[in-house]
Amino acid sequence: MKLRFEVGGEDFSLAGKASSELKRALGQLGVEPEQVRRAAVAMYEAEINMVIHAGGGIAEAEILADRVSMVLSDSGPGIPDLELAMTEGWSTATDYYRELGFGAGMGLPNIKRNVDEMSVETSVGKGTRVSMVVRFGGPPAGGGS
Amino acid sequence: MEVLEARMAAGDELLDLEVCAACGADLMSDVMAFVKEKVVLLTGLVNPQAIRTADLLDIKVVVLVRGKCPTDDLIKMARENGMALLSTRYSMFLACGRLYEAGLRGGGVREID
Repeated sequence: MKLRFEVGGEDFSLAGKASSELKRALGQLGVEPEQVRRAAVAMYEAEINMVIHAGGGIAEAEILADRVSMVLSDSGPGIPDLELAMTEGWSTATDYYRELGFGAGMGLPNIKRNVDEMSVETSVGKGTRVSMVVRFGGPPAGGGS
Repeated sequence: MEVLEARMAAGDELLDLEVCAACGADLMSDVMAFVKEKVVLLTGLVNPQAIRTADLLDIKVVVLVRGKCPTDDLIKMARENGMALLSTRYSMFLACGRLYEAGLRGGGVREID
C-alpha cells in the first residue's frame, strides 16, 4: 500500500495529519501497536520539521509485509550542519514554534531512536529528503530502550 | 479527576480508566522522546498538536494545566480519538505534585542517559 500526502506549511494546526493517517492505516492492517507507534512518531517528527523549517513538502509511505518505508522531501533551505542537527536539544526553531509546543531540538534524534534505518540527504538552498524504515517485529536497531 | 479538581471536557466514558504513570511537558517532542507506555499527559499546550501527540502515543488522558480551557476544536479531536480531556486550575508543578501524592509515579518513560 502506498500513501502520499502534500504537507502544507501555512496552517500549523494541520501538521501531523499525514502521521495520523499512516497510524490509522498501519493499525487497520494489523501491525503491532509498538511498531505503529514508532512509525507514527518518526513520521510526525519529520512532518513537523518539514512544516517548521521548509514550509511544507511531500510525505510518502509504502507499507509492505515486513516494514514501512517513509520518505519526506522538501524544497526548503536545507541543513547546513547535519551532525549538529542530530544533537539532542539543538534547534533553530523560532520562539513562535516553541510556543506551539515544538523546537525542543529532539526531532531528528527522536526519528533516529524510533526507526531501523534512516538517511538524510540535504543540500543548502535546495532542500532535504529524509528516508526512514520501520521493520515490523522487534525493537529498533539503532534506538534507545 | 477529584485530586486535580478538574473539569472534564471530553471522555466521560473513560472515567474508570486505570493509569499508573504521568508525564508533564509543554514541548511535544519531549513527550515523544520520553514516553514509552500509556500515561496521563499534563500540558499547558492548548493546540491540536497536544491531542495529536497524545493520539500517536496512545495516551488516553490529557490534562490541561494552569486553568487553560480547551477550544471546541480540541474537544472534537479528543472525542474523535476516544480520549479524555480535562482541565485543572492547578499549575503544572502542583498538578504533578498532587498526582504523585495520590500514588502516580514516573513510570512509562524511558530513562534519560
